[in-house]
Amino acid sequence: MRRLRVAAALLAGAALLGLAACGETEQVVVYKQGKYQGKPDSNPWDNAPLAYGHTTWKQGDKASWENEINTRNLSQNEYRRIYNQ
Amino acid sequence: MARMKFLCDAERCIECNGCVTACKNENDVPWGVNRRRVVTVNDGVIGAEKSISVACMHCSDAPCMAVCPVDCFYRTEDGVVLHDKDLCIGCGYCFYACPFGAPQFPQAGAFGMRGKMDKCTFCSGGPEPDRSEAEFKKYGRNRLAEGKLPLCAEMCSTKALLGGDGDVIADIYRERVTRRGKGAEVWGWGTAYGPGKQGAQPPAAGGKS
Repeated sequence: MRRLRVAAALLAGAALLGLAACGETEQVVVYKQGKYQGKPDSNPWDNAPLAYGHTTWKQGDKASWENEINTRNLSQNEYRRIYNQ
Repeated sequence: MARMKFLCDAERCIECNGCVTACKNENDVPWGVNRRRVVTVNDGVIGAEKSISVACMHCSDAPCMAVCPVDCFYRTEDGVVLHDKDLCIGCGYCFYACPFGAPQFPQAGAFGMRGKMDKCTFCSGGPEPDRSEAEFKKYGRNRLAEGKLPLCAEMCSTKALLGGDGDVIADIYRERVTRRGKGAEVWGWGTAYGPGKQGAQPPAAGGKS
């Protein structure tokens, strides 16, 4: 009788162990965009313009820096640069 | 707001490698590291040979930023993708993630050990004081902080390589295509700046993505 009880207890334990896997959570990796951990960087328009070649850019003024960049950018268009169209 | 991008016109590139040389010289890039390179397909085949200049495209949804285990990448207000070399561990994940093969690793250490990653900075340095000696040694010249654009694009002799505000260079290219009446496909543009989720960008019909 006692052996039967032990066997029943063992079987019940084994059944519980077998069911334990059913409670496992999904193990698929979820990728998340990281957050930058390094040193902060300054903006290019916060620098003083070089001593030559600048007409509109004023230190700290983003709009004037963008204007400066835009002028240089447009000079990559040879239709405008060479033929002045 | 300016959104910095590169555009390479395969109809115009003559494989002169002027952009490669300009980049090497301007940023004092060491031997074994090529931030920019020229790739030619169908070499020698008359009428089918095309060359393009490739470097970091500063993607809108940069895969290197997503895979970096130490989160050393950041994007500036102008849309330039940069990284902090003090944090980089040289694992190489970004190299495998990048569709353009942009990240480079100096083999300076013992037993060919990979050094810290180096890539095109759109000539805008890195997270060190602008135009400082430290910034130049680690990342190269900061031309944006001088009110200039990347030297590779500015000194391209045929103006095949355009660099600058995405809207402006797209307008320049559009005008060019209208005048010559062909070659509207821009290599890498859709991969780098295309809309939608990463990897979900369908290739242009009959063209290159």
